[in-house]
Amino acid sequence: MQIEASLWNASWATDGGRMQISLSYAPFEARYRGFDVARCSVDKSSDMNQFSSSGSVLKQGGGEEFSEELLLKPFPDRKVLAHFHFQSRAPHSSSHGRHHHLFPKAIAQLVKKFRVKEMELSFTQGRWRYEQWGGFDPLSSNNAKPPGVELWAVFDVPQSLVDVYWRNLTHTLSGLFCASINFLESSTTYSAPELTFKPSFGNLRYGTLPREAVCTENLTPWLKLLPCRDKAGLSALMDRPSIYRGFYHSQRLRLTSSESGSDEVDSGIGLEQTLTVVLQPSSWRTGKTYSVETNIQPSWSISSIFGRNIPGKCVIAKSSNVYLHLDNGLVGELKNLERENAKYVANTFESEGFQSNHAFKISVTPDKVFEEVDYLHGKSTSVIYGFSVEKYSDSQPFDLGLTWKIPVVWSCQQAPLHASRFLMGSGNERGAIAISLESTESSEGLPTSHIIDGRCELRVDIFQVVPWYIKVYFHTLQVFVDKQPRAMADVVDKIRVSPSKDKVSPGVMEMILKLPCGSKSAAFSLEFDKGFLHIDEYPPDANQGFDIPSALISFPSFNARMNFSEDEFLNNSPILSKFQETSPVLSYTEVLLIPLTTPDFSMPYNVITITCTVFALYFGSLLNVLRRRVDEEERILRSRAGRKAGWISQLLSRLSAKLRGRPQEQPTSSLPYSFISFRLVLKILLVASIAVTWQYYFG
Amino acid sequence: MAETEVSKKRKRPIVRLAVLLLSHSVLVSVICCTAGVFGLLLLPVLAKNTYISENALMPGSASSMLSNQEVSEANKLIKELNNLHSNPLGATTESHGIIAKYMSNLGAQVNNHKFHPQLNQFHPLHFFSGPDSGVMQENSTRSLYGINTVGIIRAPRGDGKEAIVLVTPYNAVKGGVRETLSLGIAYSVFSLLTRVTWLAKDIIWLVADSQYGEYAPVAAWLRDYHTPAFSNLDSLNTETCHVGNNNFESKISYGIRRSGTMAAALVLGVAYGNENEDTLGIYAEASNGQMPNLDLINIVHYLAVHRQGLRVKVEQFHWLLNSKWVKSLGEVFESLGKMVKTLNPDWKLGISAADYVEGAATLASSLYHQALGVPTGPHGAFRDYQVDAITLEFSLRISFDRLDRRNDFLLHGGRLIEGVIRSVNNLLEKFHQSFFLYLLTSPSKFVSVGVYMIAFALLVAPLPVVAASLYAKTLDLNPTSEKDKSATSNELGSVLQSWKWLNSVKTVFVVHFWGATVSLLPYFISQIPDSDPTTNFSVWILLSILSLEILRWILVSPSSHIYGLPQGEWATLKSATISSFFIGLGLMSVINFATAEIGALLMVPMALMAHPLKLDVRGQSLRSILRMICNLVLGVISFPPATFFVFKGVIEGFSGINAGDFWNWVESLWAWNSATYLYIGMVHLPCWVLCVQILLHPC
Repeated sequence: MQIEASLWNASWATDGGRMQISLSYAPFEARYRGFDVARCSVDKSSDMNQFSSSGSVLKQGGGEEFSEELLLKPFPDRKVLAHFHFQSRAPHSSSHGRHHHLFPKAIAQLVKKFRVKEMELSFTQGRWRYEQWGGFDPLSSNNAKPPGVELWAVFDVPQSLVDVYWRNLTHTLSGLFCASINFLESSTTYSAPELTFKPSFGNLRYGTLPREAVCTENLTPWLKLLPCRDKAGLSALMDRPSIYRGFYHSQRLRLTSSESGSDEVDSGIGLEQTLTVVLQPSSWRTGKTYSVETNIQPSWSISSIFGRNIPGKCVIAKSSNVYLHLDNGLVGELKNLERENAKYVANTFESEGFQSNHAFKISVTPDKVFEEVDYLHGKSTSVIYGFSVEKYSDSQPFDLGLTWKIPVVWSCQQAPLHASRFLMGSGNERGAIAISLESTESSEGLPTSHIIDGRCELRVDIFQVVPWYIKVYFHTLQVFVDKQPRAMADVVDKIRVSPSKDKVSPGVMEMILKLPCGSKSAAFSLEFDKGFLHIDEYPPDANQGFDIPSALISFPSFNARMNFSEDEFLNNSPILSKFQETSPVLSYTEVLLIPLTTPDFSMPYNVITITCTVFALYFGSLLNVLRRRVDEEERILRSRAGRKAGWISQLLSRLSAKLRGRPQEQPTSSLPYSFISFRLVLKILLVASIAVTWQYYFG
Repeated sequence: MAETEVSKKRKRPIVRLAVLLLSHSVLVSVICCTAGVFGLLLLPVLAKNTYISENALMPGSASSMLSNQEVSEANKLIKELNNLHSNPLGATTESHGIIAKYMSNLGAQVNNHKFHPQLNQFHPLHFFSGPDSGVMQENSTRSLYGINTVGIIRAPRGDGKEAIVLVTPYNAVKGGVRETLSLGIAYSVFSLLTRVTWLAKDIIWLVADSQYGEYAPVAAWLRDYHTPAFSNLDSLNTETCHVGNNNFESKISYGIRRSGTMAAALVLGVAYGNENEDTLGIYAEASNGQMPNLDLINIVHYLAVHRQGLRVKVEQFHWLLNSKWVKSLGEVFESLGKMVKTLNPDWKLGISAADYVEGAATLASSLYHQALGVPTGPHGAFRDYQVDAITLEFSLRISFDRLDRRNDFLLHGGRLIEGVIRSVNNLLEKFHQSFFLYLLTSPSKFVSVGVYMIAFALLVAPLPVVAASLYAKTLDLNPTSEKDKSATSNELGSVLQSWKWLNSVKTVFVVHFWGATVSLLPYFISQIPDSDPTTNFSVWILLSILSLEILRWILVSPSSHIYGLPQGEWATLKSATISSFFIGLGLMSVINFATAEIGALLMVPMALMAHPLKLDVRGQSLRSILRMICNLVLGVISFPPATFFVFKGVIEGFSGINAGDFWNWVESLWAWNSATYLYIGMVHLPCWVLCVQILLHPC
C-alpha cells in the first residue's frame, strides 16, 4: 500500500494562477493533515499468494485474472506489425463484491452504472492498408479500424432507455479517455444499425468521430487501466515516440459483460485492450535503397523497433507471451523456396519450424510452435512461434530479433473483395458517393460453402452512415456488376434505409447484397445534395470540409478464423483463442471529405451594416410618406420663408447692415436660397483649405 | 412667379439629384468615361504588395530536405529516358514502363490511365455546364489514345482525405532533355516525399502524356477521377493490352486509383530560356478568367525569390514595354506621385516610370488573358473542379547538357516544389483566406477586386443616366409635337404615342435574337468538310447579314411605318440599346469581369456617342463634325473583327494578317467554352449593329 502526492501548477490548483508555485524552492516537504485511510480487509489466503515472488504461476485472486501478450508480424512492404493484447477479467460484482484487485474500477463502475453488455471503443490514427497488410485474417478483421474514434455499445436496458444510457456513457468515456467522445451524444452522430453490424435487438448504438486526433493524451488513460501500467511487462515497450511514428496506430478497448452466467469462465466482465501499431524498422530508413535488386526485407528486433527491451513480465499477469506470426503467404513462399533449394542442396529442413533456415533467423529459440491447420484444402498455412517472457528479467531482458538472409516477396491474404469509396462530381451543389468492390486474387480459391439454391452467391453487407447535411437520395441507388447496370432487386437481398432528418438524425443505409460468385467488380452510387448549415453549426475549421464516416463492408460468408490443433496451451493464451473465434471478415472504407459551401465568416458584420442601412432607408421613406400631409410642407415653408431665413444669415445680414450703417433689409425668399448655396461652397472651401494646410504643416 | 414655382415644384432631394444628373447627362458621361479610363490607367499605381494571408502556410519555415542524393537518382531517370529516346521506336510504351518502375520502386502505388484525346468541338448548350461523365466522341478518335502514368504516395499517418497533385506533362514521342527535366524535378521531390514523416496529405504525381496537347490528358484524368463511368461496355481501362516486353509492366493496373479531395495542384514545365537569369514563369489564368487563390501564387513567389534565388515573372505584353505613350504616362504618374509625396510623405502613391511600364504591361496581359477565358495551361482543367492550380515554367539560361548545371537546376527546382508542397501540406483548410478576384501587375503586386471595380463602375455609370435622359427627352418632345397636331390626334393615338418605346425595344430584341443566331452559326459552318478558315469566315459574315435582313423583313418592317413620326425615334432606340447593353455588361461582369471591362472600354464610348449621321451632316457646326468623325472611327474600331485585326496588327505588325485568323480565334473561344464568345455574340455585336443603325438612321 502506498500513498503518492504530487505538486500541481495548473490553474485550478494555484487559484487561477495567482499563487504560482516557484519550483526554485525545491525540494518540497509535504505534510498530510486530517488524513483518514479507509482500507479493505484483505483475504490473506489468496492475496499473499498472489504477490508472492516464489513462482510465475498466479493464483486467481478473487477470480480476477490478467494476461499480456504481444504479437509481431512482418509485412510484405517492409513494415512490422506489433499487436499488444491485454486481457483482464473480473467476476461479476454480485457474487464477489464491489472491490477489485486487478480489474480497473473505472471500467467496472461504468459497466455497472450504464448496464453495458458489450462495448468497443477504438482510437485510430492512419489507415489500414488492406492491399498490403491483408484483410482476411482475424487480426485485421478485428483490429483494422476507421481513422478517429469508433464506439459501439450494446446495453442491457429497455429500448426506450438506450439513448439515455448511450448519452451518459459517451460523457463518461469522454472524461475517462480525454477525448471528445461526448460529441457522440448528439443524435445526429450516432445510429442504430439492425441488419448488418451485429445481431442486436434495438439496443445497439454506433457512432464515429472521423476527425478525432489521437495522441498520447488518449494512450495514458488507456494504460492506466492496466495493472502494471507501462512500468513493467510488455507494455514497458510502449515508447511514445516510436509507437506514434508508425504508419498505423490503433488502440482499442473491448468490454463484454454477462449477467451471472451459468458458465463459470464467461461470467463477469471481460476487458480486452489492444494496441496495434505498424512500424517501419529503422534499418531501412537509414540506408536508402532505391534499386529493385536489393529488396531484401529489413532485419529487425524488438529493441530496434521500439528502442526498448522487455524487462520481464508484469508480475501479476497470469501469462506473458510474445508471438511471431508468419502468415500463410510468407510460409507458402518459404516452402517454395525451400523446395527449389532442395533440388540443389542435399540437406533439407523439414518441419522443425523454420526458426533457423536459409531464409531467416530468429534470435531466440521459440518455446512453442503453432501451425495452423487448414481442414478444407491443402494450402499453405500460417505459423506462430510462441515465446514466454516469464524467465526474463531486468538483468536479462527479452529481445526478439528477425534477420532475413534472402529476399522474399509475398503478399498477405486479402478480403474477397477490395472495397473503396470515393466522391463523384464537382461543385458545391451536389455530388455522388460511389462504393466500388473489386475482386482480389485471393477470392478465387476460397471455399464456396455459400451456395444457396444452387446458385453460387457471395454475400456482402454494407453499412453506411451519412451525416444529415449530406442529403442522400436513396432512390438514386445504382448498381453495376461487372460494369453492367443491374436492377436493384437482382443484387440487393435486403435493404434498410432510414433517411436523415435535418439536425436530428443521420441517414443510415444497410444493405445485404448477393453478388454472383464470379463477378469481378461491383459498384454502387448514390447521389446527394449538399445542405446548408446554420451559421452556428459550422465547426471552427469549416473550410476544411466535412467528413463522411467510413462505410463498413463485411463478408459474412467468410470467417476470419484460424484453426490450430488442439493444445492446452491455446486455452491459456487469450490472443490465440481470440484468433480461433468465428467472426466475419470486415473491412472499412476510406473517410471522405466533402467541401460544403461555407459562408464568409466576416460576413455577419457586412450583413448587419447593409441591413441596417436598408432598414433605415426603408423606414425613413415609409414614415415620411405616412406622416406627410399634402400641402402642409409647402405652407410651412412659405410661412417660414416669410418669417426668417436662418439665424446665421440673419446674423450676418444684421452685421453687414450695421457695418454699412444702413437699416437692415428683409431678405427676399429667393435670395437666401442662392446665398446659402454660395455660403455652403465657401464653407467647404474653408474647411478644405484648413485641412490641406494642417496636413501640409503638421501631418 | 419665379418664387411660387420654386416653392411649388420643390421636390425631394433624391429626385432633384436625379433630375440634375439627367439634365447634365453629357457632362456626366464625359466625366465618368474619362474617370473610368483614367482609373484603369491608374491601376498599376494603386497595386498593393502581395502578402501571405493564411497563417498556416508558413512557407520556408522548414529547411529543405532535398539533397544531392535525390538529384542523382533523378538524373538516373533522366538518363534512362534520354537513352531510350535514341531509338524512337517503341519509346512511348517503354517510357511509361520506366517511369512506372521508378515510381513503384519508391513505394508508391502506380497505375496507368488510358484516355482518348477529345477533339475540341462546339457544344452550343454546354456553356457553363459541368464536365459530363462518359461523354465521349464516338467518331474517329477510337484508335488514338494516350497513357498517363499516375503514382500515389499515401501519407504515412494521414487519413487520405486530401491530396496534393503534381503534374508533369511529358511527350514521349518528342523526347529531349527539356521534356525529361520536369520529370526529373518531380521525381526528385517524389522520392523525397516517400520517406518523409511530415506528410499529412497524399501526393499524386501525374505524368501526363502530352502528345495530344498538354491540357487534354490532364482534363481526361480529372474527368475519370471525378466522374467515372461505371457501365462503359468497351471501357478503356479494362482493356488488357500490354505491348511492353517488360514483365513489370503487366502488373500495373489500368484502373484508376484515387485519393481524397484535391487541395492544390502544381503543373511543372521546363522551357528553353534565352534570358540572363534562371526564371520561373507563373501561369494562373483558368477558364473564364477564374484565378487560383492568391496565396498559392504568393507562396511560390516567396519561396522562389527568397529561398531559391529564382527570378519570377508572369506574362507581359512585351509590345507595351516599348511603347512611348505608356512611358510618358508613367513619367506623368511619377511626377504626380512625387508631388503627392511632398504633401504627405506617408502617401505612397509614387511609382517609378519603369515600374509603371512593367506594371501596365503585366496588367494588360493579365486582363487580356482573363478576358479571353481560355486557360493558359493544364492548370485550367483543375479549376473546373474547384481545385487551386498553377503552372510553373522553369527556364534556364544555359543549355541543359552540362551535368553540374543541370544538377544545380534540379536541386533548386526540387527544393522549390518541396517547399510549396510542404506549405500546402500544412494547410488545415482549403485555400480561402486570400483573394480569388484580382489582377496581377507583377508577381508580387496585385490589384484586388475592390479597386479595379471602380474603374469599371465609372465606365458603366453613364449608361443608365444617358438612357434615362434620352427617354425623358423623347417624352418631353412628344407632347409638343402632339400639341401642334392636336386637332387630328385622338385618344388612341396618344396612347400609342406613349407606348412608342415598345417599337424600339422590339428592334433591340430582334437584333439580340439575331446575335444569338449568329453565335450559333459557327456550329453549322464547322460541319462543312475541309474548308479553310478564310472561307468559313466569309460564309459566316454572309450568313449573318442574310439572317439580319430576313429577320428585319419579317419582324421590323410592318410596324415601322405605322406612324410617320421618325422624329425622336432614334433617341428611343438609342435609349433601349444603351439599357440592354448596360444589362449585358452587368451580367458579364459577374461571369467574367475582365471581358466586361474590355468590352466596356471598347463599346461604351460608341454607345454613348451614337448620333444619326444625317443630323450631323445637316448640323454643319464644328461640334457635329467632330462627333461625326468620332462616331465613324469608333464604329469601325468596335466592330469585333476590326478590333481583333487592329489589336493583332499593333502587336504583331499588319503584314501577316489573314482574314481567317479571326475565325481561328473565335474557334478557340468556343472550343474552350469561353463566356467571352457569348458576350461577343449576344451583347457586343448586337449593340454594335444597333449603334450602326442609329448612325444610319433616316431622320
